[in-house]
Amino acid sequence: MPANPFTLDDLKSILREGAGADEGVDLDADILDSEFDALGYESLAMLETAGRIEREYGISLDEEAFADARTPRALLSLVNERLSSAQAV
Amino acid sequence: MSTGHGRQVVVTGIGVTAPGGTGTKGFWQLLTDGRTATRRISLFDPAAFRSQIAAEVDFDAEASGLSPQEIRRMDRAAQLAVVTAREAAADSGLAFHTLDPGRMGVTIGSAVGATTGLDEEYRTVSDGGRRELVDHEYAVPHLYNYMVPSSFAAEVAWAVGAEGPATVVSTGCTSGLDAVGYAAEVIRDGGADVMVAGATEAPISPITVACFDAIKATTPRNDDPEHASRPFDASRNGFVLGEGAAVFVLEDGESARRRGAHIYAEIAGYATRSNAFHMTGLRPDGKEMAEAIRVAMAEARINPEDIDYINAHGSGTKQNDRHETAAFKLSLGEAAHRTPVSSIKSMVGHSLGAVGSIELAASALAMEHHVVPPTANLHTPDPECDLDYTPLTAREHRTDTVLSVGSGFGGFQSAVVLARPDRRKR
Amino acid sequence: MTPATVVTGLGVAAPNGLGLEPYWSAVLAGRGAIGRVSRFDPSSYPAQLAGEISGFVAEDHLPGRLLPQTDRMTRIALVGADWALEDAGVVPQTLPEYDMGVITASHSGGFEFGQRELQALWSKGGRYVSAYQSFAWFYAVNSGQISIRNGMRGPSGVVVSDQAGGLDAIAQARRQIRKGTPLIVSGAIDASICPWGWVAQLASDRISRSSDPRRAYLPFDDDAAGHVPGEGGALLILEDADYARARGARRIYAEIAGHAATFDPPPGSSRGPGLQRAVEQALADADAAPDEVDVVFADAAAVPELDRAEAEALTKVFGPRAVPVTAPKTMTGRLYSGAAPLDVATACLSIRDGVIPPTVHTALSAHYDLDLVSGSPRSAPVRTALVLARGYGGFNSAVVVRAPRP
Repeated sequence: MPANPFTLDDLKSILREGAGADEGVDLDADILDSEFDALGYESLAMLETAGRIEREYGISLDEEAFADARTPRALLSLVNERLSSAQAV
Repeated sequence: MSTGHGRQVVVTGIGVTAPGGTGTKGFWQLLTDGRTATRRISLFDPAAFRSQIAAEVDFDAEASGLSPQEIRRMDRAAQLAVVTAREAAADSGLAFHTLDPGRMGVTIGSAVGATTGLDEEYRTVSDGGRRELVDHEYAVPHLYNYMVPSSFAAEVAWAVGAEGPATVVSTGCTSGLDAVGYAAEVIRDGGADVMVAGATEAPISPITVACFDAIKATTPRNDDPEHASRPFDASRNGFVLGEGAAVFVLEDGESARRRGAHIYAEIAGYATRSNAFHMTGLRPDGKEMAEAIRVAMAEARINPEDIDYINAHGSGTKQNDRHETAAFKLSLGEAAHRTPVSSIKSMVGHSLGAVGSIELAASALAMEHHVVPPTANLHTPDPECDLDYTPLTAREHRTDTVLSVGSGFGGFQSAVVLARPDRRKR
Repeated sequence: MTPATVVTGLGVAAPNGLGLEPYWSAVLAGRGAIGRVSRFDPSSYPAQLAGEISGFVAEDHLPGRLLPQTDRMTRIALVGADWALEDAGVVPQTLPEYDMGVITASHSGGFEFGQRELQALWSKGGRYVSAYQSFAWFYAVNSGQISIRNGMRGPSGVVVSDQAGGLDAIAQARRQIRKGTPLIVSGAIDASICPWGWVAQLASDRISRSSDPRRAYLPFDDDAAGHVPGEGGALLILEDADYARARGARRIYAEIAGHAATFDPPPGSSRGPGLQRAVEQALADADAAPDEVDVVFADAAAVPELDRAEAEALTKVFGPRAVPVTAPKTMTGRLYSGAAPLDVATACLSIRDGVIPPTVHTALSAHYDLDLVSGSPRSAPVRTALVLARGYGGFNSAVVVRAPRP
């Protein structure tokens, strides 16, 4: 894990800010393994999210790996991996 | 006033200003050679962007006959429109000065208007983005014309002397088809006898490149610009931005015949439908585009097997080319497999609102020459794109009826049918 | 016979009234909403007055997922469309998807959204541009978003002809209804009161520089010196009359009986401006004689040369002081493509209630032979109204609105 890991709360605030939140979805429930689609975030919302993560954390996310990260858990792990390797360099 | 219903609307003049060649002739030469005009962007330094490729028009406003005043007050898109409209007007052989100006109108399509001019001017009045309260003292006098792109229609109306209905149609990337469809309906409605109709776009500016970067819609194949636009190919990964204009002279068929005009084609059918699904996304089934195609065919009173060539939207994004292939199969059935299809975006890029008109010009020229332009860069078709996309080389082919389609942000799906005006007894 | 196109629902968002009845009561009371710009600090600009909509809270009306991807004008338009549908008693989900389309006009797209993204681009870099910029600012966005929100898959469209576009959109909607799509959401909402929009407006040289809300926008007045920009407009439900009756529409406000659009000759031409031709052709299209018109909703540019042209056109077609003329937009400022659809909505209410709303603040110049309804509303049966709109560069558009056939 990187020194300052990217947490679920970080992700939720980026989602809310960049793409808003679906009234029918409780982002504060246990969503780690919910698919983003089910949380109301389609591919465009995820592109906005990717852009914001890249900007705020100064990393670049592999496009295919990002598209494959369909749940918050998968995305957190992808981002933290990138953060770790960025720090290692 | 003449009654319009049931009038036939025909194309009697064509003007094209597209990447890779000068005028309509240069454009058709590029297409039939199967050459591409996609290159590294030269209009600004693209180094900071994900996608650094575009199809640019080699355009010299002064050499194209624009006066210094016209050049000063017009955005590049308006300049392209005016120059191209003049070519169309000359090509039509119509003595514009003898016409009743009130019976002549203008419809110009554009998706993003004077975005290039706005981008440049914003930079100035904001001091490079540093001032939120932008400074009016630094604004150019014609900034309002950039803000409101109806100025494009005004400029073209002045250029050809039209004083009938004038407007800009702005339906994203179907604008170029919708502007022509709109104009044809105005003639049929009796609102005008002649319409100068087409579309223009000059979107190759930092803001446009950045916004397509943000959604990864444009290709990042920066190491191979000439082969970057790959519609229907398995390796396609986004579109290549383009620019340009195409303008037509549309006339009531009867008066065109009376004056012995050369008639390229009839605007035989037109329809637009919305997917009401997503601003940028497409449903894989292509249902709404198929519906637009069906309605346009019905208006043209043709069947799927009458279509000799399909001029595709073929943007080269993953989702578009499959969506469109599905729509052809859904609307045309078996005939979809027997009809040559191609995407000229492989050669001239995707000029957003202009491209529908540029593609209609290619469609009319295909009828003129009985040649189907190819899809360049198509070596390994996507297995889900299994129609005859006319790969790599142009094909001689009897072409009397063409279907041209477009699809755009906002969910717009449009279809135009061009046909020989004398194909049936009226 | 060509099927009639009728107005069955009105969604109004105006500076002096958010919603149909609040707007109408403000208009009848002569209550305007022109004031100092509050959305940014206008101190450094030569013009500081606007007709702003206050009290619009998008969060109260729209899903959270829509907010980051929409400009202010789109948010107001989505809500305006909801109100229009509700007023018409139309539940889109219950109608066939291809029976409904959306045809709006736009003036400058989502200019405020555009300013934010341009600022991000030039101050921080391309990576800071929003994924939503690709459509949130463009001219087609309102038609697209309204069609998505309501599942409308019929023909949609967008026209841009500056202020005249609001009527051109309605005419295009009527064309589609005649071609067989029975219901179209049409009209326009514009909102570009942001510093970048302000500077672009100022370049038109048609913006009033007065700081007195009562003296700033004075069409047909000797002191006319430009207009005040406003935001808002109206969305209308237009239907094939038979379709509306068959679905049991709760009311038919009026028929869109005629339209014409013209373009002015180039500057310096010996031919006069095209407005008169637009009026005459729209009346002919409606098969209406000039003396059948009960009220004219004027374009009311408040630029002396344009006021003169409009007054002359009206005098030539109708005769001196022969028809009541009004400009309720003196209460709201000019709403660009939203202005004329709002005037069409107002004309519908005039027909409904038999009252002509007033023009405020203007003292009619002795140069114009107009019967200008000013100060307070005038009670009069209204069966036929003419709505005029002109756009920068020479666009003219005219619509005839007529009481529904029984």
